[in-house]
Amino acid sequence: MATDRRVAKEGAPSVRRGVTRRTKMNWVFSYCMIAPLCIGLAVFYLWPFVQNLWFSFNDVTKFNISTFCGLDNYRKLFGDKEVWKALSNTLKYVVVTVPLGMCFSILLAALLNMKIRGKSFYRVLYFLPSITMSAAVAMVWKWIFNEQMGILNSALKAMGMSGHNWLTDNRTALFCIMIVGMWMTIGYNMIILLAGMQGISKTYYEAASMDGAGVWARFFHVTLPLLTPTIFFVMITSIISGFQVFDAVYMMIGKTNPAFDDTQTIVMLFYEQAFDYGHKGYAAAISVLLFAIILVLTIVQFSLQKKWVNYDE
Amino acid sequence: MSNKTEAATVKKRVPASHIVAHIILIAGILIVAFPFFWMVVTSFKTDGEAMQIPPTILPKQWTVDAYRQIVSGLPFAKIYLNTILSTVVTTIGQVVICSMAAYAFARYEFPGKRFLFMLLLSVLMVPGQIFLIPQYTIIMKMHLLDTIPALFIPNLFSAFGTFLMRQFFMTLPKELEEAAIIDGAGRTRIFLQIMLPLSKPGLISLVIFTVRFAWNDFMWPLIVNTSTDKMTLGPALSTLQGQYRVQYPMQMAGAVLAVIPLVIVFFIFQNQFLEGVAHSGIKG
Repeated sequence: MATDRRVAKEGAPSVRRGVTRRTKMNWVFSYCMIAPLCIGLAVFYLWPFVQNLWFSFNDVTKFNISTFCGLDNYRKLFGDKEVWKALSNTLKYVVVTVPLGMCFSILLAALLNMKIRGKSFYRVLYFLPSITMSAAVAMVWKWIFNEQMGILNSALKAMGMSGHNWLTDNRTALFCIMIVGMWMTIGYNMIILLAGMQGISKTYYEAASMDGAGVWARFFHVTLPLLTPTIFFVMITSIISGFQVFDAVYMMIGKTNPAFDDTQTIVMLFYEQAFDYGHKGYAAAISVLLFAIILVLTIVQFSLQKKWVNYDE
Repeated sequence: MSNKTEAATVKKRVPASHIVAHIILIAGILIVAFPFFWMVVTSFKTDGEAMQIPPTILPKQWTVDAYRQIVSGLPFAKIYLNTILSTVVTTIGQVVICSMAAYAFARYEFPGKRFLFMLLLSVLMVPGQIFLIPQYTIIMKMHLLDTIPALFIPNLFSAFGTFLMRQFFMTLPKELEEAAIIDGAGRTRIFLQIMLPLSKPGLISLVIFTVRFAWNDFMWPLIVNTSTDKMTLGPALSTLQGQYRVQYPMQMAGAVLAVIPLVIVFFIFQNQFLEGVAHSGIKG
């Protein structure tokens, strides 16, 4: 026993007993430390994941009585016009807000990466929207876009133009949601991109200057290529969160809004099916579809990254 | 090295480009700030003035009527308290649970570690909606729907927070622990008295991410709690908007009240906020 302990203290595994006492104690300690998290994740995340998958093969009624229905939910899903419409709305949202938001974020980050005054002032103000509650923000924008009394239409009229029913016209409503979404996320992404720019070694810029590269050349041939890992990260996270857009749509577009169908996103549809209509099985299938789309897109992006993301450093 | 003439032209050119930068940045700031400005000024107008065409910019006569109406129209003090409580409990819970697990994942070897860590990462990659229906069912079976614990229970366990803290622990030098072991300190003591104090910056970013998430969370509290006195601020705003459709000053007052606490916290801890976010990108 005594010798055994000494061996354990020196850290050499005793071959005969498989593991030393010290190692065993390390295991006990580790399991105690991870237990609360693992139990919580198992009960509230891993098991729900499995259950959700099971629900998607069931017809779950309002009173949570479920009967197995095989692929019925999925069959219904692919024939459901509402699902396709919601998918196309969400896709439009992502296709517009991710690249456009990225351009704005990069532009702002590049400007703040210059040695200008008031940098911290700008950083703080641009970040402000991303700490404000999206429900509150959506309410304010709804008031700004208001057809009769909104400040936007009043300003347009003051300039001699005519107002517009921004939020009830199905051609502009989704566009308004996009503006709110970008308004909320540009500052956040800007901070990440700025950190990426500041991580680029000065020697690259010095070398480029020596070769006679101007401001633009340096931006396009030094900054952007070396920023691609950060751009890739921001792109992945923006696409994932773009597919989950909900708060602004829920707050800004009521059920009676004529533009409802043209702004309904996939998560909005999921919420309605699950918690308004109580079609939990069908809603579970919608969430699985969303997961599958995000998963495929993320895998595709990771496999494409070799083509454009620069991991030289 | 760059010669003198080039240095001179750079010196001359810089101010012009800076002016252009400032113009663009200020234009952007106006767009960013305008909704905040409009929210605040509208909240101090009377209903009549808010709906006036053409609108006034600043209130002709500043009034706090909207704030008074909101407090009498909804149990706002209760809603505030619920939001604070849910945010504080979520944050403390995550700090304790995540840092404990993260430390074991960062520093110890144990059977099943790789597998468990992979599971953790996979939770991180799944969109949250996929857990929602079963989580709701579990809370229902626990008879906790429409109660305060419902607001925070699933959020106590965070794969993201654990990952964040693990990454932080990995950056700390191992020598300190080794020295402590030689001094005869136990595992728990090393964790509590050496590692936790050293990981303050990591803990601060975890706190900031959690507070920002918990305060602004919308869909989960909207689903589980339906009585107004059990709500948090986000869903309460939705209720407010539904009940007082055209009382815009009241809606804006609600938005101001919902936004202000976090804005204050942000202004106090702005560097920590910005650093925490900046680091999240470098890690990825």
